[in-house]
Amino acid sequence: MSDQEDDIILSELNDEDLVAQMFDDLYDGLKEEIVEAVNLLLGRDWAPYRVLTEALVGGMTIVGNDFRDGILFVPEVLLAANAMKGGMAILKPLLIATGAPRVGKMVIGTVKGDIHDIGKNLVGMMMEGAGFEVVDLGINNSVDSYLDAIEREGPDILGMSALLTTTMPYMKVVIDTLIEKGMREDYTVLVGGAPLNEEFGKAIGADAYCRDAAVAVETAKEFMARKHNRMAANA
Amino acid sequence: MSSAPSSPLQTLLANRDWILADGATGTNLFNMGLSSGDAPELWNETDPDKIKALYKGSVDAGSDLFLTNSFGGNSSRLKLHGAENRAAELSRISAEIGREVADASGRQVIVAGSVGPTGEIMEPMGPLSYAVAVEIFHEQAEGLKAGGADVAWVETISFGDEYRAAAEAFALADMPWVGTMSFDTAGRTMMGITAPDMVKLLAKIPNKPLAFGANCGVGASDLLRTVLGFSATGTQVPIVAKGNAGIPKYHDGHIHYDGTPELMANYATLARDCGATIIGGCCGTTPDHLRAMRAALESHVPQERPSLETIKTALGGFSSDSDGTDGNAPTRERQNRRRRTT
Repeated sequence: MSDQEDDIILSELNDEDLVAQMFDDLYDGLKEEIVEAVNLLLGRDWAPYRVLTEALVGGMTIVGNDFRDGILFVPEVLLAANAMKGGMAILKPLLIATGAPRVGKMVIGTVKGDIHDIGKNLVGMMMEGAGFEVVDLGINNSVDSYLDAIEREGPDILGMSALLTTTMPYMKVVIDTLIEKGMREDYTVLVGGAPLNEEFGKAIGADAYCRDAAVAVETAKEFMARKHNRMAANA
Repeated sequence: MSSAPSSPLQTLLANRDWILADGATGTNLFNMGLSSGDAPELWNETDPDKIKALYKGSVDAGSDLFLTNSFGGNSSRLKLHGAENRAAELSRISAEIGREVADASGRQVIVAGSVGPTGEIMEPMGPLSYAVAVEIFHEQAEGLKAGGADVAWVETISFGDEYRAAAEAFALADMPWVGTMSFDTAGRTMMGITAPDMVKLLAKIPNKPLAFGANCGVGASDLLRTVLGFSATGTQVPIVAKGNAGIPKYHDGHIHYDGTPELMANYATLARDCGATIIGGCCGTTPDHLRAMRAALESHVPQERPSLETIKTALGGFSSDSDGTDGNAPTRERQNRRRRTT
């Protein structure tokens, strides 16, 4: 890489070129450049919500697609998500202050007995990358831990992760409890983890099995759109 | 290398065309009643008879080598069970039980001290430094050595630095070693490493492994595609193939792997023809599978390297069209002027 290639002055780019450059910089996981560009767009009177959706979410969508397609792998996605986080740190308080629309909210955690969290963390980061609010319950979550969080946070989506063939059946325990309490229909339940498959997701009564973090984001968006349509129809 | 040239596995490799390794540890222990979420390593102390039965199951089925019950026996993983100070001790006991079973078998059986990943993401993407990773692996390796393991065996690794850290730890413990990675994402490891990438990685490691290869991952077909990728480089280091017995299915609240003993027998001989020397199973592989694999290997007449098509016909399809080694992997055209430096 030559010096000349590095010599991009973000402030000299027009909006369109700047957003295109942000897509590239997110793809390459360049946090400082993303922070600078977000500030530039805000300085040019872009609404925080527009910066989020057009620049950051737009860029992370490309990252997500390439992860899904086996072009990018975990290290690149982690670096991209980290760059995104830099931008979000600036936008988050502004989004709240301006009453920007909510993309959706997810409570996510690895099930009881399971200590693995790399996959879950990736999903959380990609969901944040898509503009969702994510509440991460960490590892080893009991039914009560999920239920408490659902009641406290009021999410749209519940995400459960398991890496072990021996812990994945616990997802059914959580879903069965939701059914028992008459709460199942209030939430979209997405499940994922290396040993799972679609057949398993159906067998335990989840709304969908998500093969990877990119699919999780696509699926979550789809269910949010359905929810909005339902709400509009019932209004 | 610094380890004794006469290490038992080295001798066995010199004298044999193939070596049958063992099957699953975790899924077999769950069949013995280990409950979900408990650390299997704690059983080394509380239920040594079950661990003995696990090892004996493999040995009696014809395994020449088995892995100790210490996969999660490093301080980073044990911490989640409040046993972070017991890594060396629990690993030592796992090897002691193994030594006892191997020595009682009446033939040469290798006790391979299993070392699993730390479970942490390494720098610069995550918090774990290289130096700390070396320390974690070293502590466990000393325990395995004290318990009488013949060789340290690191497995299910996805990241190059973590593999290198384990190698360095085994050098510090002055142990011969074997190391396998798990190729579970479009034919690559989770971190994007292809089969030839792993061979290149070996060149950067001063204390060479006695063997290297692949374990776990997706199904038997994918694993053999990876083995073909290793042998295509022309590497002279013996190759390990330890694939899962099919894929997990959910049935009445239980999980079982759908690979039959016949399928694993097929897989074993194909693995041999793909260029693997140490052949075993991973998740879902029981003593019944191992017996079928042993019988198949014993009567097998070596064939040419199988094509991907042959593997697909015998064992089922692959999880992705490309594994990143055939020039047909998807790519993205980039126009940008500034790129991440790698």
